[in-house]
Amino acid sequence: MSTATVTRPAGATPPTGATSPPRPLGVVRLSLVHAKFNILETVRVPISVIGNLLFPTLALFFFVIPQPMVTADPIWSLVAVSGLAMFAVMSTFLFTFGVGVAEDRALPFDPYLRTMPAGAAPRMMGRIITACLFALVALVPIGVVTAIFTAAAPSPWQLVAGVLTLIGAGIPFLMLGLFVGYRLSSKAALAVVQVILFPLAFAGGLFLPAEMFPDWLSTASTFLPSRAARDLVIANITGEPVAYGYALPVLLAWGVLFTAVAVWAYRRDEGRRFR
Amino acid sequence: MTAPNTNDVVVLDDVVRTFGPVTALDHVSLEVGAGEIVGMLGPNGAGKSTLLSLVTGQRRPDTGTVRLFGADPRTAAARIGLGVTPQETGLPANLRVGEVVDFVRGHYPDPMDRDELLARFDLTELVRRQTGGLSGGQRRRLAVALSLAGRPRLVLLDEPTTGLDVEGRRALWSAVLDYHREGSTVIVTSHYLEEIEALAERVVVIDHGRVLADDDLGAILAQVQSHRVSFDSPATAATVEDLPGVTSATVDGEHHSILTTDSDAFVRALVDHGPSFTGLEVRGASLEEAFLTMTRSPAQEAA
Repeated sequence: MSTATVTRPAGATPPTGATSPPRPLGVVRLSLVHAKFNILETVRVPISVIGNLLFPTLALFFFVIPQPMVTADPIWSLVAVSGLAMFAVMSTFLFTFGVGVAEDRALPFDPYLRTMPAGAAPRMMGRIITACLFALVALVPIGVVTAIFTAAAPSPWQLVAGVLTLIGAGIPFLMLGLFVGYRLSSKAALAVVQVILFPLAFAGGLFLPAEMFPDWLSTASTFLPSRAARDLVIANITGEPVAYGYALPVLLAWGVLFTAVAVWAYRRDEGRRFR
Repeated sequence: MTAPNTNDVVVLDDVVRTFGPVTALDHVSLEVGAGEIVGMLGPNGAGKSTLLSLVTGQRRPDTGTVRLFGADPRTAAARIGLGVTPQETGLPANLRVGEVVDFVRGHYPDPMDRDELLARFDLTELVRRQTGGLSGGQRRRLAVALSLAGRPRLVLLDEPTTGLDVEGRRALWSAVLDYHREGSTVIVTSHYLEEIEALAERVVVIDHGRVLADDDLGAILAQVQSHRVSFDSPATAATVEDLPGVTSATVDGEHHSILTTDSDAFVRALVDHGPSFTGLEVRGASLEEAFLTMTRSPAQEAA
C-alpha cells in the first residue's frame, strides 16, 4: 500500500517552527473550486436541470406561440416571453438556494467542509456562480424559441439589459431561497418553495400577462416582487418605461426584507450548529 | 516519546464546553507536540468528539482556550495544516471518487499528488466510481484518504475503522502509520482498545468530559486491562474487598464479583488466606468496566 511513497518520500511538511505560516488560497480560486463541485453535483441529477430548462420553454410553446395576436407583435412577444424568462430565473434561484441549502445542511459533509481552510464565503460564492450559470442556461431555449417563432426583435443592447435585469431582479428571490434553506429541512423546503413559487409567479403576471388581470388584481400585484421584477425586465428589454413609478422601490423593499430574514436564518443556523 | 512543548501542535488550556445542562468537557487541558501519535480512548459520549470539534474550529469553548499551530482554529489560516475525515455516510453520493479528492485537494496550497493519495489507500481502481456506489469499507478508505489530501501536519481521525473487517482495518492502520512516520502528528479517537493499541504511542483516556489518564501506551494498557473475577463464597463483601488488587467489589447473595488490575495476585491471595470459595471464574473486563474502575479508584482510595 505504501509503495507510492517511494516517489515522494516527504509526505508531510516537516513541522519546523522556523517556516512562516502558509496562507490560505484566495477567495476567487476557492469559489471556483466550490462552483465546480456544485455544478458537478447538479448535472449528475440531470432531471433537476432538465425540468427547470423545459418548463418555461414548454409554457412558451403552449400558451404564447399559438396566439398569433401576441407573436406578431414585437412588444407583446417580449412582454409574454419576459414573464416566462423571469419565472425561469426565479425558480432556479429559489430551488438552488432553498432546496439546495436545506439539503446540504442535512449532510454530514457540510460540517466537514468547515474543517478545511476556507470560510463561508467561497461556499456561498460557488453557489451563486452555479445558480447564475443554470439560470442563464435556462434562458437559452426560451431565447431560441422566441427568436424563431415570434416577431420580438430587441436590439443587442436591449437584450443584454434584459438579461442583466433578469439576473439582478432574481436576487431578492435568491435571498428568499436562502431564508427557506437555512430555516427549513430539505423536505419542508421543497414543499415551501413550490408553494411560494407558483402563486407568486401567477399573481406577478409571469404566466398570464398582468395586463389581462382584472383591475383590482393588477393593482394588488404591483406590490409583489414577482410583478415588479417582471415589469423592470420588460421595461429594459423593450425600452418602454414601466406604467407605474414604484416597481424598483417595491422590488428593493422586498429585497431588503428577504435579505434581512435570510441573514437572520443563517445566523440562527450557525448559532445552533457551530456555536 | 513526548515532544518538546515549544512546538506544540494542539494546546487546550482549561477548556469547558457545555451543551445546555450537559457538560461535555469539564476543565480539560491537553498538549500534543509535533510528531506525536496520540490515541483518545473513551466510551461513546465521553467528550472525544466535542474535543475534536473544538480543535477543528467547528465549535468554540465556553471558557478556556484552544490553539491549533499556535492560532485560533476558527481562522481558516490555522486549518491549512489540519486534515480531518468526513463521516463516510456524508460523502456527496453523485460525485466520483476522483472528483471528491480533487475538491478537497483544491482547498490547500500544497496538496498531495492525486495518484499518490489514491494509491496509498488502494483507491486507484475506483477513481471513476461515484461515491454512492462504493462499499462501506471503500467509503471509509476514501474518508481517511481525504484527511491526507492537503498534506496536513496534523491528522485527526475520529473512529477511523469502526465497522471494518480485520483486513480493512489493518490496511488503514498501516496507511496512517506510514504517514505518521513521514513526520505528521496524528490524533485518533476510538472506543476500541485494539485500535488504540495498533496506532497510538501516547494515550489519553477521557470520560464524563474529563481526562482520566494521560500516559504512554504501556502504562495505560496496564491500567485498562482489568479482569473480572467471580466466585461463590459465604464471606462478606468487606472481607473480599480487603484482598490485594481489588478495585471494586459487588456481592449478590453468595456470588461475589470483583474487578482487579492484577488477577494473578488476587487469586493467589484468595487461595492462600482468603475465605473458602467455589466456582472461580476469571475473564477480561470490558473496556467500559475498566473505565469504571479508573473513575472510581481515586474516590475509593480517599474513602
